[in-house]
Amino acid sequence: MAIEKMISHIKFSLFSPEMVRKLSAEKLLVPDTYNEDGYPIDGGLVDQRLGVIDPGLRCKTCGGRMRSCPGHFGHIELVRPVIHPEFSRVIYVLLKSTCQHCHHILVKKRQRSVVKKKVKKGEVVPGAADLGIITSKEEAVKALESADEAEAPILGSVPLKDAEKVKKVAICAKCDKPQAIVSFVKPSAFYLGKKQLLPSDVRDWLADIPNEELQELGFDPVYARPEWAIITALLVPPVTVRPSITLETGDRSEDDLTHKLVDIMRINQRLEANINAGAPQLIIEDLWELLQYHVTTYFNNETANIPPARHRSGRPLKTLSQRLKGKEGRFRYNLSGKRVNFSARTVISPDPNISINEVGVPMMVAEEMTIPINVTDWNIEACKKLILSEDYPKALYVLRTDGKRAKVTEKTKQEISDNLTSGSIIERQLCDGDTVLFNRQPSLHRISIMRHKVRVMPGKSFRLNLVVTPPYNADFDGDEMNLHVPQTDEARVEAELLMSVEGQVISPRHGHAIIKPQEDFVSGAYFMTRDATEFTREQACQLLAIANITNLPEPDRGQKYSGRLLFSELLPKDLNLKIKSKLGEVIEIKNGLLLKGSLEARAYENELIEKIFHMHGDQAVRTFLDSSTRMCIFGVTLHGFSVDVSNYTIGEESVKKMEAVASKARKEVDGLVMQFKNKTLERLPGRSLRETLEEKIMAILSRARDASGQIIEKDLGMDNNAIIMAKIGARGSILNAIQMSAMVGQQAVRGKRLTRGYGSRPLLHFKKKSLGADAHGFVSSCFKIGLTPQEFFFHSMGGRESLVNTAIRTARSGYMQRRLINALQDMVVQSDRSVRDSRGVLIQYTFGGDGADPKEVGASRQALEKVGEELEPDD
Amino acid sequence: MLGEKKHIDHFLVPLHEILPKEEAEKVMVFYKSPLTAFPKINDSDPIVKQIGAQVGDMIKITRKDATCENVYYRVVYEK
Repeated sequence: MAIEKMISHIKFSLFSPEMVRKLSAEKLLVPDTYNEDGYPIDGGLVDQRLGVIDPGLRCKTCGGRMRSCPGHFGHIELVRPVIHPEFSRVIYVLLKSTCQHCHHILVKKRQRSVVKKKVKKGEVVPGAADLGIITSKEEAVKALESADEAEAPILGSVPLKDAEKVKKVAICAKCDKPQAIVSFVKPSAFYLGKKQLLPSDVRDWLADIPNEELQELGFDPVYARPEWAIITALLVPPVTVRPSITLETGDRSEDDLTHKLVDIMRINQRLEANINAGAPQLIIEDLWELLQYHVTTYFNNETANIPPARHRSGRPLKTLSQRLKGKEGRFRYNLSGKRVNFSARTVISPDPNISINEVGVPMMVAEEMTIPINVTDWNIEACKKLILSEDYPKALYVLRTDGKRAKVTEKTKQEISDNLTSGSIIERQLCDGDTVLFNRQPSLHRISIMRHKVRVMPGKSFRLNLVVTPPYNADFDGDEMNLHVPQTDEARVEAELLMSVEGQVISPRHGHAIIKPQEDFVSGAYFMTRDATEFTREQACQLLAIANITNLPEPDRGQKYSGRLLFSELLPKDLNLKIKSKLGEVIEIKNGLLLKGSLEARAYENELIEKIFHMHGDQAVRTFLDSSTRMCIFGVTLHGFSVDVSNYTIGEESVKKMEAVASKARKEVDGLVMQFKNKTLERLPGRSLRETLEEKIMAILSRARDASGQIIEKDLGMDNNAIIMAKIGARGSILNAIQMSAMVGQQAVRGKRLTRGYGSRPLLHFKKKSLGADAHGFVSSCFKIGLTPQEFFFHSMGGRESLVNTAIRTARSGYMQRRLINALQDMVVQSDRSVRDSRGVLIQYTFGGDGADPKEVGASRQALEKVGEELEPDD
Repeated sequence: MLGEKKHIDHFLVPLHEILPKEEAEKVMVFYKSPLTAFPKINDSDPIVKQIGAQVGDMIKITRKDATCENVYYRVVYEK
């Protein structure tokens, strides 16, 4: 990458009134827009010299038409100067750091000694010479001798950033006059002592500060004289910046900026009339202040301490600052992010029957979107057919060799087809197999955008396979997703090579599968590979057919086929695995045959999919996922698999056991509380007595819940669908089952038992200062039977906390992510594996310190395992 | 306080070495980058002081990570 030109610096400066007048195409005089005939008023705010926004008119400045004229600035001469509100801080600093009589820099007494020392050492003090105070050692000594030690300050240099820190200096060194306190009232009022400084006074003051001294304060007087921050000539943006809209009724509606400018001009005129009529100073100052208000809100309508200017409807006006600022402002909304062509958005819905790398595209979308095809001698006939076609796969436009674009219509298509030559480009509708990019926001990682292949379908929603749901973090409760159609061959190839779904099966974050079985698919896989599962010949044929397998193996259970045998048909023939499953059994696969053990979520995603990906690549994984989805879901459907209340109903005996557990826990807690009150409780190291008690109680109560969990697992057992799902990782957890059928357990806020509420107790239903289990949020009921009112309140308290936490967490992590992305966005891993930023500065010598791609780390692990296995003699 | 003990002796401080000029040249050629493109370290850094590196020297830092040993280069700059 050759850098042709580099930006060395950017300079921001102020416009002087002279520059504003030079820049202006027209001095605006009339505070109005159009006359009765609907023509722009000369000297009005939409004067034709400021540019044109109506078609057919010509610009009076440059002669250009609507598109060609860029617009021209105008200006308003303010009869009285007004402070630019965005610079009032800077003005304040300047007023504070210069003398109110002679307008030279003021310096603190303390700095005098610094200057004194430096001068004695013979160093030249910057600024001192210019200020005519001390130029030489001799002079300095003389000045020091003649001055009153305590009182006479010496001038020196004060950088702007320090100037604010400079405390008021009692007496100016230059003119020996005492200084009154300068104060600033936001957004634009200045006081000298108690007297208000009028903008014109401020202007005169600032204009009197010498250039050299401004430099010392950090100003560049050539580009930004401080008095230019007081507006005398207000620059008016061209009409192209504030276009008016014609409503259906024929009325014109002006832009907010135009409204604001009208306000400014009206007040300006009134002020002028009053001055000319010799009105009392009080009235003039009132109008002047009103003018200041309008100018302030013109720049920023969210200025602090000022009521926002409103539209007639009561809506606050959107003025200059509001146009640029924030998420909806010009920068983030229009410049960093743009709307694009060749994109579509609709609701998503599931379809387990399409491949993982496909996306179901509604016909309506496919008909609207196009792909450019280069016409060559070899495809010209096919292209003509597309042009002449009556329905769906049609060509919509033709780009002829002369660069003209022609729309294909019923009338023109015959002619266009006849004149078609190779070298032109036709734009045909989206077809099956086309490459598209599919995306769901928020795009938090690279797998939030992947390449899919189009599959045109009836209906109005995008369809996607359930296994690609996790990388997008999508569900089907109304989620919408975006689709983009790459338009060039280069873009398509790049998308296919880098972004294809099948290539993203392994997550670069942890090296495990992220495109993986979901919910019912996991249940199905478990069901299919369970010991007891067998199928008749007919069912086996159906199962294999649905998975696209045409060969029926020999039955292994007499006349019947085991589920494992059928599932094995999906596995590559050279697959060997020994996995310890979540259920504690050993899953053994030898030469692509599942010998024993049943699959669960972790074995499936962390072992099976990963291994197939590393051994046989992305296409093998794709077909495996496609066909295993279908087989597993079909298999489990044959059998039926669902959950109802009975799955969470425990036997009477267990209920009794549960009650025993709860009452035992309560007793233990009571015992502890007794010990605490009798002061016989032994303190834990590092804890107070009270903390010890709390800790022990929490331990007892969580033990109680664990105990009830065991009772439940025993009672419900592995032939209970709810427990099966929890154990194999399909849906739900054992905790859910415990809370539904046994006890909800201890509620907590901030990791502690509930304590806040009515003084010494969380609820009024308990005795004051009670320390027992029930008084502090122990819920011994279960969801199925129902909570007591007290328990219900406790549960709400705990529930509120977790709700608030999730809300805060998402907001905070989102902003953190934004900051990280902004900081890291232009770092690139180069071909030598070094990480560099856009200037070519090295950040890391090897990516990640070891150059490892987490996606491939698993591969080497698998390779090592393979070596190990090969060393072991087979059979 | 710590007496004669130096930071470089601490087990958490990775190995810092001053690269001879020729070696530094080689590194620059290898990464096809001018000296200005390399990460910086202040000459006020205690370890820079202790190994006696001068402004303009390239320092090689060898770190042991969980996965492998990795090398990092820094150029000494005046603070």
